[in-house]
Amino acid sequence: MSGPNFSNPVVRWIDHRLPVFTFMHHEMHEYPTPKNLNYWWNFGSLAGIVLVIMLLTGIILAMHYTPHVDYAFQSVERIMRDVNYGWLIRYIHANGASFFFIVVYIHIFRGLYYGSYKAPRELLWMLGVVILLLMMATAFMGYVLPWGQMSFWGATVITNLFSALPGVGEWIVTLLWGGFSVDNPTLNRFFSLHYLLPFVIVGVVVLHIVALHRFGSNNPLGIDVRGKQDSIPFHPYYTVKDMFGLGVFLTIFAAVVFFMPNAMGHPDNYIPANPLVTPAHIVPEWYFLPFYAILRAVPDKLLGVLAMFAAIAVLFILPWLDRSPVRSATFRPLFKIFFWIFAANCVLLTYLGGKPAEGIYVILSRLATVYYFFHFLILLPGLSIFETPKPLPRSISQPVLGSGTAGASKENS
Amino acid sequence: MAETHEGATRRDFIHVASATMGAVGAACVAWPLIDQMNPAADTLALATTEFDVSGVEEGMAVTIVWRGKPVFVRHRTAKEIEEAGAVDINDLPDPETDGARAAKPEMLVLVGVCTHLGCVPLGQKATDPRGEWGGWFCPCHGSHYDTSGRIRKGPAPTNLPVPPYEYISDTVIRIG
Amino acid sequence: MMGARGLLTVAAAALVSLGLTAAPAKAAGNAVELPSQNWSFAGIFGTFDRGELQRGFQVYKEVCAGCHSLDYIAFRNLADLGFNELEIKAIAAEYEVQDGPNDDGEMFDRPGLPADRFPAPFANDNAARASNGGALPPDLSLMVDARPNGANYLYALMTGYGDAPSGVTVAEGMSYNAYFPGHQIAMPAPIADDGVEYADGTKATVDQQARDVTAFLTWAAEPNLEERKRMGVMAVLFLLVMTGLLYASKRKIWADVH
Repeated sequence: MSGPNFSNPVVRWIDHRLPVFTFMHHEMHEYPTPKNLNYWWNFGSLAGIVLVIMLLTGIILAMHYTPHVDYAFQSVERIMRDVNYGWLIRYIHANGASFFFIVVYIHIFRGLYYGSYKAPRELLWMLGVVILLLMMATAFMGYVLPWGQMSFWGATVITNLFSALPGVGEWIVTLLWGGFSVDNPTLNRFFSLHYLLPFVIVGVVVLHIVALHRFGSNNPLGIDVRGKQDSIPFHPYYTVKDMFGLGVFLTIFAAVVFFMPNAMGHPDNYIPANPLVTPAHIVPEWYFLPFYAILRAVPDKLLGVLAMFAAIAVLFILPWLDRSPVRSATFRPLFKIFFWIFAANCVLLTYLGGKPAEGIYVILSRLATVYYFFHFLILLPGLSIFETPKPLPRSISQPVLGSGTAGASKENS
Repeated sequence: MAETHEGATRRDFIHVASATMGAVGAACVAWPLIDQMNPAADTLALATTEFDVSGVEEGMAVTIVWRGKPVFVRHRTAKEIEEAGAVDINDLPDPETDGARAAKPEMLVLVGVCTHLGCVPLGQKATDPRGEWGGWFCPCHGSHYDTSGRIRKGPAPTNLPVPPYEYISDTVIRIG
Repeated sequence: MMGARGLLTVAAAALVSLGLTAAPAKAAGNAVELPSQNWSFAGIFGTFDRGELQRGFQVYKEVCAGCHSLDYIAFRNLADLGFNELEIKAIAAEYEVQDGPNDDGEMFDRPGLPADRFPAPFANDNAARASNGGALPPDLSLMVDARPNGANYLYALMTGYGDAPSGVTVAEGMSYNAYFPGHQIAMPAPIADDGVEYADGTKATVDQQARDVTAFLTWAAEPNLEERKRMGVMAVLFLLVMTGLLYASKRKIWADVH
């Protein structure tokens, strides 16, 4: 296909040698996007923008931070008190991590609801799970850097988990620590890796978008785009819609950063790390709580660790667990109900992860953990076989155009 | 679709307004990200140093630190002051009168960084070489400074700089 | 369909989670309800009351500083309280700060300068413990941030001393406090009526001193609080307007699709 004609000679000279402008024109003006995307489709671009915000603020913080156990905490305080606008950049970075997970969790749940993980988008979905894993590793190491009580003890608990692995466990933990406990070697290497991983995330995000553009976006109806009448160019429609969504996001983000910047954090992290004093309740950041609940629900140390990793591993194989040919929950009444129950179960797991491992919380955590795996391993495959979906519309445009064909069939298309 | 759109929308006020506001917002966000690299409050707090010169006896010199650099404070003898004044400034590589370099002639305050390539010249301690003009001598590449800190011989292009300072009392100077 | 109903459900779930996950911090040992005070710095338009900060600073200096360090505050920061340059120099000069080594290789003490931070009352943690029966008086720079509902907690702690209720035995060397987790605190009641004589003449009741020192320590933990809230109001208003404009742009462009 012949590219667009650019009037500017400089643009033409560059584009002939490195077709960036043709590429941009294709992506923005020619790339067909389903016309019926709702606001739940904003969260992908939002995630990308939050990633950029985190990179910018993170690189700036690294100009002022010292990754040594004797100086880390006070270097962060120097950022908060003496560096020009340091307090703002630090609060944006810390709350940005939370908002990154909020946006990505919503993005994932959108995928779950509308069947975006199904063929031919399995690899797109799996790349997404890889991004989630990288985000979790990055966030975990980032939280250690301020070297507060929660930083230190969270690092101690989570790195100790690997000792559960039979045989190699202790060796792995010593290798991670660089010593016999979480100490300066650990902090230094976490700083290095925390700086590195976001750029790995950028690479995987590029692959994620390339995979997306292979078949284009899914849509709320879950049926394929059939022709030009079903799609619109990305620019200006989705660029302006994404900008509006960004405006809403930034307004909420600003409200939190400026008026409740410590609400999602833990007060104990304002106490410098003390290896001799353990906080009363060690709690990870909220976005790890569901996995923390699953970890603690299993009474055996090794099985608990395996269950926690399995909770994410099960996401990888989701396209093969849910084999229903109907993508969108809009047309799957039973699946829709169980989706909301699953979502409520995840909220419950989040709540339980923050509670002490006592009394009724233990029983509830175990029930919620079992339900989590039940949903993926038994319910979804079962629904694929036994659910009767509602009839699908003939095309994306049909509901808009009204009764396109006389005597429009109610059968599955 | 987009074709019929672009002609009408490009000049629509609402889009211009949104884009302008976005640009203003972007500038407001960009400024803190740049300003954070400017000296922080604790660095600025060390930007001025006060020093009581009454502790420096005649013929003695003291080195203090200002903004991370050495500052020479020398209590000159009458002979040194006279030598500094009795020079035809046109003979100097960097012409400057002694009077222009010391607010009070007996107390000379100079930034002790050689103007060639930045070494710290010798001459503060009694045992140091002072060069051919009795001021300071830079051992790195052989620059000679006189009793007013002016360059006389060697590769340094300009005189030892006089930092901005003032007497805030009879004996206390504030530098910076 | 997902739509508005789904959105509200997700938003509700998120808010519930936020509220619930904030709870574990409070659940840590404090069964007692913390009473809420009115603070001038609370809310989106909160500001510090300079008079309150200066009185609180006086309470810190005369009562707390004997045992508690304020490591992250420099004398120059006191300009926020309304002191001018000469007053700050004078305050700094009241303190001895370690410097050196001198030409003999020894460390020496010199009067403080505005750039110095408040010197700690003890050379290190062990010395602090030795002087306080084994208990370590913590640094106060970040105390308001290091406790859940910090300002209200500090005020309650200061005013929460009293006799133990019947049936509760207080260990040797400890004091009963209604709000300290576990109710037994190593620090004896630090403030008493008329314990200080305020420079501005305000009556120094326990309540007044507790209020003032809490405000001072809130400032010490977050000197940028006022700037943060001021910028926040401007940022959110700006974003609301810009988002409104973007919505109008979006509707206009999408008009032919809908």
